[in-house]
Amino acid sequence: MRVALFITCVNDTLFPETGKAVVTLLRRLGCEVEFPRAQTCCGQMHLNTGYPRESLRLARHFVDVFSGYDAVVTPSGSCAAMVREQYPKLAHSPHFAAPAGARRLVPTRAGREFAAAVDEVTPRVYDLSEFLIDVLEVEDVGAYFPHRVTYHPTCHSLRGLRLGDRPLRLLRAVRGLELVDLPGAEECCGFGGTFAVKNPAMSAAMGTDKVRNVLDTGAEVLCAADNSCLMHIGGTLRRQRGGVRVMHLAEILAQTEGRA
Amino acid sequence: MGAPKASTGRGHVVDLGMPAFPRSSARAAADSQLRFNLRKATHTIRGKRANVVAELPDWLELRAAGKAIKDHTLRNLDRYLIQLERAVTEAGGHVHWAADADEANRIVTDLVKATGETSVVKVKSMATQEIGLNEALHEAGITAYETDLAELIVQLGDDRPSHILVPAIHRNRAEIREIFLDHMGEWGRPAPDGLGDDPRALAEAARLHLRERFLTTKVAISGANFMVAETGTLVVLESEGNGRMCLTLPETLISVVGIEKVVPTWRDLEVFLQLLPRSSTGERMNPYTSTWTGVTPGDGPREFHLVLLDNGRTDVLADEVGRQALRCIRCSACLNVCPVYERAGGHAYGSVYPGPIGAILTPQLRGMDTPLDASLPYASSLCGACYDVCPVAIDIPTVLVHLRARAPHEPAERAVMRAASWLLARANRFGAVQRLASRLRRLIPRRAPGPGPLAAWTDTRDIPPIPAEPFRDWWDRTEGGAR
Repeated sequence: MRVALFITCVNDTLFPETGKAVVTLLRRLGCEVEFPRAQTCCGQMHLNTGYPRESLRLARHFVDVFSGYDAVVTPSGSCAAMVREQYPKLAHSPHFAAPAGARRLVPTRAGREFAAAVDEVTPRVYDLSEFLIDVLEVEDVGAYFPHRVTYHPTCHSLRGLRLGDRPLRLLRAVRGLELVDLPGAEECCGFGGTFAVKNPAMSAAMGTDKVRNVLDTGAEVLCAADNSCLMHIGGTLRRQRGGVRVMHLAEILAQTEGRA
Repeated sequence: MGAPKASTGRGHVVDLGMPAFPRSSARAAADSQLRFNLRKATHTIRGKRANVVAELPDWLELRAAGKAIKDHTLRNLDRYLIQLERAVTEAGGHVHWAADADEANRIVTDLVKATGETSVVKVKSMATQEIGLNEALHEAGITAYETDLAELIVQLGDDRPSHILVPAIHRNRAEIREIFLDHMGEWGRPAPDGLGDDPRALAEAARLHLRERFLTTKVAISGANFMVAETGTLVVLESEGNGRMCLTLPETLISVVGIEKVVPTWRDLEVFLQLLPRSSTGERMNPYTSTWTGVTPGDGPREFHLVLLDNGRTDVLADEVGRQALRCIRCSACLNVCPVYERAGGHAYGSVYPGPIGAILTPQLRGMDTPLDASLPYASSLCGACYDVCPVAIDIPTVLVHLRARAPHEPAERAVMRAASWLLARANRFGAVQRLASRLRRLIPRRAPGPGPLAAWTDTRDIPPIPAEPFRDWWDRTEGGAR
């Protein structure tokens, strides 16, 4: 199976270890992993901040880069949700996010080509845990991680992609790992992309409450499937000297006996 | 808080003159009493709702039906409104059309003046708050008495509602006791001496205070949850019985209702009378459901006026993405589940419609000309909890994103976003920036001087350590880890 890794701009720049872990894990499970060099960003920040035109430019670039693969795997539930849910809206709803008064009732030729590319590429874009459970049909990935872990189901994984208990099934199958419930797990951590800097007081208040719940579990490690949320929760934890590590799901699943 | 004033937007929704959301919500977040009250109340209702929704095996079908009925009605609104007008008139009622808040206020004021009365009792109503009716009546020398318990608390406390369903959600019982003791006497029968803060005692004090009002007031003003086009019937759902009193005892009844509240037939109520109470109060059924059709000789009000309110709604209807906000049945489930509302409280939204639904309704009804209104579509982390609980499936996150594209943007932000898009459009440009960041990584301060986005981040959070090389350089150097 020809699998393309969509690393995402945030992971590429700030969290390369997550990308390396995905590569290690997928190869261990027998996948041939490629890294299309031309990839950059899905455009989520632009769309969600109110810049659909700038987002569209990045969306076009994305479908150009990732067309033709059997699967595109990304270690970000949020970016996977952007591609799978928002790209079709950008491509097919003439009025979605259009500036007031704008009318695009007749699609241009470029618009039709983009829509066709979106329909071709986006159904094959998977968040890592979806790809492991639904496509490779594996729960036990042979990982070993002898630590007490709690899991935060990020909003776009939970309510966007509807990942359900897939990440938890993967974590439960990890040898040595003790999984503890996170109180208020389904509540947003307060990251929200540019929300974190546009509404810093709200974001911090939500982050502080999330951190309190994490500390209450007594876990050593907070795990999630999105490094953006972990950057916010982890940054709050570090500032408060919370003593809990944050780790992306891929980094836990990549650990094996002798490497842990 | 300043005096309410009409905004310059499309509709004239009362503008409370608040600063933009980031500042007003920050102030609320620092109030520990408010945070505690809101958290306790929203989590209680949230839990009750979840229980009564989970026990219905066909909840998702009901939700889909609610959405479909509303969408059908909105697509044919012109037809159903005319049908409604005819039915109400045939049943002996009078129908008035109000294009905006000023016109609605003028119609109601004139109707009350024509009765010769100087006081009215009110059933809790969002539409009359939206247009600032109480203030308009006050200017005309007419006193409006709120009869819903929470609205009474708000009115006595010279306060503003902070929730659609539970307007005094920001108050705890100790605060309510003080408001009753201090202010009930100014408005009518005073609170009994030695009033405690036991909820039963507080409710009893309100009952005694209100009872006099019901028995002596000759004009009532209400809204409505639904209007049935086929029969001209109006429907009000409530919990306290104050609505039933106002709708039956006075001689004149005036109902101010948004045009989107119409449903085609009685049968459609089957769906909404299940969706609304379970979503709003977390009850299987609300205690009082009142319906009335025009006037009935010898039974209830002798005169009935229906004021149909547009106030920006037809503009909302013209927006193909935003129009779904008109499906709203004002249950407030989205407020109770919203992590931002829970910490900001209702006042921070500067509108009678707070929370997620307010963040998409207010800017559409009022426009986005003020800093507050322009900040409302951004008052959300887009976590999606509101969409999940909405009984008529309003995709609030999608509408928020849609409105953000139409909101005015700061020139500096626009420049940064455009530059970022240009950089990210080519991998070589992006790679150059990444390498620069890696090289300068030791120079990035733990706390950035403000103002600006970096300072907003580092005020409460550490920046993650920037790696020595980005992933793409690692891949190139090692051929994807092969070397």
